[in-house]
Amino acid sequence: MIIPLGHILIFAAALFVIGIYGTLVRRNIIGILLSIELILNAANVNLVAFSRSTSLEPATGQIFAIFVITLAAATAVVGLAIVLALFRTRKTILTDEMDLLKW
Amino acid sequence: MGAISTNNRVGSAILHGRNCVPTLKDVMAFLETLIKIAVYAVMAVTIVAAIGVVTLHNLFHSALALVGVLLGIAGVYLALQADFLAGIQVLIYVGAVMTLVIYAIMLTQRLGDKNIPQTNRQGFAAAIVTLLLLYLLIGTVCRTPWLANPPARHIPASALDLGQALMTTYVFPFEAISVILIAALIGAIVIAKKEREP
Repeated sequence: MIIPLGHILIFAAALFVIGIYGTLVRRNIIGILLSIELILNAANVNLVAFSRSTSLEPATGQIFAIFVITLAAATAVVGLAIVLALFRTRKTILTDEMDLLKW
Repeated sequence: MGAISTNNRVGSAILHGRNCVPTLKDVMAFLETLIKIAVYAVMAVTIVAAIGVVTLHNLFHSALALVGVLLGIAGVYLALQADFLAGIQVLIYVGAVMTLVIYAIMLTQRLGDKNIPQTNRQGFAAAIVTLLLLYLLIGTVCRTPWLANPPARHIPASALDLGQALMTTYVFPFEAISVILIAALIGAIVIAKKEREP
C-alpha cells in the first residue's frame, strides 16, 4: 500500500468529525443530509482501507462499501422526498421552525 | 533521506537532461514519491472542501463543495486500488445523488437571502465536542498496532471478483438491498407526490 493505513484512517476520522459538526450546527435539513453523506463516505474510506491492508478476502470491504453507497442513495431519495413534502405543507425547511410536535 | 536524494538526482536528471541515465529503480521510486505527494494533496483538498460543505452560507455552494469531496474520495479509492468503487462513486454519488440534492436545493431554498442564518447557536459547543472526538480518534489510531493480520497479497479486487462475491457469498444482502431500494423508490414517490384534492 502506498499510503500508510494510519494516515488514511486519520483522514477518514477528520471527514467523519466534520460531518458530525455539520449535522450538529446546520439549520437546513438539506445541509444536514449533505453532512450525513460526508459521514457515510468517511466510513466507506475506512472499509476500503482495511480491506486493502489485510490479507483476508480483498473484495469484502469493497462489497460493504457498495452496500453503504446504495443505502446512502436510498437515504438521500427518501430524505429529499420528505423535505419536498415538508416544504409544500409548512413552507420551511429549517429544523428549528418545525416544532409542530413540540410544546 | 536516501530516497529524497535519489529523487533529487532523478528529478535533476530529468529536468536538465544530463547524461547520467537514471536506473529503472530510481525512476520507479521517483514516480512513487510523485504519486504519494499527489494522494496527500488530494486528501488535503478533500478536507478543505469538507470544511466548506459544513460552513458555507449558500447551500448551493456547499453542495458543489460536496461534489469536490466526493471526487477527492474517488481519488483516494484509486490510490487504494479500488478502481471499480471509484467509478461507482463518480457515477452514483456525483452523477445521481448530487444532481438530486441540487434539484431539491433549487426547489426549496431562498438562495439569495443573506438574512436567514444557516447555523444554529450551538456552533461553539459543537466545535469543542467534535475536536475532542477527533483527538480521541487520532489517539486511538496512533496507539493501535494495525498489523494484526499478515500483510496483503497485493491482489487488487477487480470488478469480476466483486461481481462473483456479490452473486455467491453476499447474495442474501444483495437481495435485501434490492428490496430496500424498491421500497425507497415507492416510498419517495408516495411521499413526494401532490396530495389529491378531496
